[in-house]
Amino acid sequence: MGRKLLTEHINVEGINTFEVYRKHGGYRSVEKALKTMTPDEVVEEVKKSGLRGRGGAGFPTGMKWSFLAKPEGVPRYLVCNADESEPGTFKDRQLMSKLPHLLIEGMITGSYALGARTSYIYIRGELLYVLRILEKAIAEAYAAGFLGENILGSGYSLDLHVHPGAGAYICGEETALLESLEGKRGNPRNKPPFPAVQGLYARPTVVNNVETIAAVVPIINEGGDEYAKLGVGKSTGTKLISACGHLNKPGIYEIELGVPVEEFIYSDEYCGGIWKGRDLKAVVAGGSSVPILPKELILKTAAGENRLMTYESLSDGGFVTGTMLGSGGFIAMDETTCIVKNTWNFSRFYHHESCGQCSPCREGTGWMEKVLHRLEHGHGSMHDIDLLVSVAKQIEGNTICPLGEAAAWPVAAAVRHFRHEFEWHVTNPKEATAPGAAYRGAAVLA
Amino acid sequence: MAKITFDGIEVEVPDGTTILNAARQIGGGIVPPAMCYYTPLKGSGGKCRACLVKVSAGSAKDPRPMPKLVASCITTVQDGMVVENTINQQVMDVRKGIVEMLLINHPLDCPVCDQAGECSLQDFAFEHGVSTTRYEEERRTFEKIDIGPLIQLHMTRCILCYRCVYTADQLTPERVHGVLGRGDASEIGTYIENIIDNEFSGNVIDVCPVGALTDKTFRFKQRVWFTKPVNAHRDCETDKCNGNVTLWYKGKDVLRVTARKDEYGEVKEWICNTCRFDKKETTDWVLEGPAHINRASVIAQNHYELPVVNPQVIQDLPESTTRELERNPPLRLGGLNN
Repeated sequence: MGRKLLTEHINVEGINTFEVYRKHGGYRSVEKALKTMTPDEVVEEVKKSGLRGRGGAGFPTGMKWSFLAKPEGVPRYLVCNADESEPGTFKDRQLMSKLPHLLIEGMITGSYALGARTSYIYIRGELLYVLRILEKAIAEAYAAGFLGENILGSGYSLDLHVHPGAGAYICGEETALLESLEGKRGNPRNKPPFPAVQGLYARPTVVNNVETIAAVVPIINEGGDEYAKLGVGKSTGTKLISACGHLNKPGIYEIELGVPVEEFIYSDEYCGGIWKGRDLKAVVAGGSSVPILPKELILKTAAGENRLMTYESLSDGGFVTGTMLGSGGFIAMDETTCIVKNTWNFSRFYHHESCGQCSPCREGTGWMEKVLHRLEHGHGSMHDIDLLVSVAKQIEGNTICPLGEAAAWPVAAAVRHFRHEFEWHVTNPKEATAPGAAYRGAAVLA
Repeated sequence: MAKITFDGIEVEVPDGTTILNAARQIGGGIVPPAMCYYTPLKGSGGKCRACLVKVSAGSAKDPRPMPKLVASCITTVQDGMVVENTINQQVMDVRKGIVEMLLINHPLDCPVCDQAGECSLQDFAFEHGVSTTRYEEERRTFEKIDIGPLIQLHMTRCILCYRCVYTADQLTPERVHGVLGRGDASEIGTYIENIIDNEFSGNVIDVCPVGALTDKTFRFKQRVWFTKPVNAHRDCETDKCNGNVTLWYKGKDVLRVTARKDEYGEVKEWICNTCRFDKKETTDWVLEGPAHINRASVIAQNHYELPVVNPQVIQDLPESTTRELERNPPLRLGGLNN
């Protein structure tokens, strides 16, 4: 099994307490950064590491940090996006509840690099128990002098707050998150201005995913160059993958980027194959919003190369034959899964979570859900299948925030690769709507 | 100053101008439609996506095209920017899609809606939409709500442009008016059906692009195209209201009073509720003359101001008038242009 940078000590008894965490090398990065490095050197180290945003978009973190506007006399903020609510993704929850100090350590180092004097962790409202764990850990960090005034005598001061959301998926979008953090309705903002210029309280702000911030800790401890040695090409380091669905061993795996998908699914080191000895039908590789791929295309690219767990390899072939690494929510579906039903389920989620601000998403997500409902329940027509593609196309790219795309992509991809299943629902409604029914034919590969 | 090319026409505008406002300086048929943007309201725009345009060159310095269509109402110009609106097929296709999205849950009750004739959605659909629908499901409906004795909210018709929210927020000291719910279940609401009790609350009627907020003193009185708009003013005692309004006459009766709107339907001076709801006698007002309706609409077709419909007759008009007619054809819905 590859190296573990984040979760090495995750199962140590009492690691959620300051004392045990410190004993296992915790808060070394804070000491190193505050005592021996300038903020710019920390940013430089993160740049060297090649770390990319772990929340889904995969934007280089060092670059994001260096884009932060730094006007004189104006406060800046680091905000941690812990509003993890993408269906299929559950890595941050585990990381925070087991290793709260890792996140806090990353927040201190990151805030120091960015010159933030106040930082926030915006946590998903449903994770109230994690919020309590974090608050307890923050209190410990204050007591130990790692937070508050003049940390470790370096002259750098930082206050860290945790703020719970109220259960809206949309608040995971960074500008909606900032609105919500300001106490407003969580509607995404129009961009530009981007948060790096006008974010929280109209001040320059960086919003990073939990895992991204946690990854800063090993980067500072071991150096950006060391970190960049892990992984393949531009996908450096390790990534938490939350594997779920019809797997023998679902769970959270910290993998070195570059593990072949086939190995990840079938080897005993990772997911241990498909449950009940069944065959794999399809995989959603990066959380519900990325395009679904049939077995043949998730294991090998269209060119016949082995598909690897990296940003580049998974998106090889664009959306015609590829997908995205996204947030690492790896959903495997066996041959008994009905893709139409699954797509309807995803679509229902996005319909429910659309904020309702811009018209294509507000109206389109509901429309797609209704058409999919019709198809799934055997009342659809062939015309409905094309209608779905058309509506998805009308939403994609025309909305304020990426939720529009997140709703449109899975539907478009499902029709692209599994059109037969949709057609089967139209031509054989009785069979298709029977409990547990699923089409067993071949998928469309390109 | 920044020089941009919009649909092949060059225009120079001050830095910080939005693409939409730059296009409005050119005027005419190339101006993108705006269903939610409203110049006097801070923060408005970007929501309806009706004004999406293609930026085929970002600026002189960085001439790369922008990857996605951008909302022209909130995107500011850069020197050397090249924008495509009516000449770009992708933009036109997307706009058609936006009309469809706005209409799938709209009741299409224009025959009984007071806004018909001066409705932005009606104009938008007429210009960019198709006459059939692909939507088979049941439409979303809401109960009508009275927001106080003078305004009625009919959420079923709402397109969630947020204009009234910004109006209520920016003209009144307390925040009582906002959006409740999420997605296609969102609705405009006053917190637990409060009334908006404010001297300027009536302005939410004027900013509403559709018939969702209507004047209860005018509801079902008359089709707007049978009424004649006349500009008038009075000495208003209300602070911040200077009493410049448009009176809408039917015969000798003033049926309603609204703020004055420009050709894009935007109010430049807010009026108070006393002017709007209480002063409905000609003797209350100093009349200034017919209000000029610049927008292409059925009201403008009511030939009270320009009694010219025959193209033959237009030829005999002074040149300045014909130029004006060409720029703002009053008969878009009739025949001159078609």
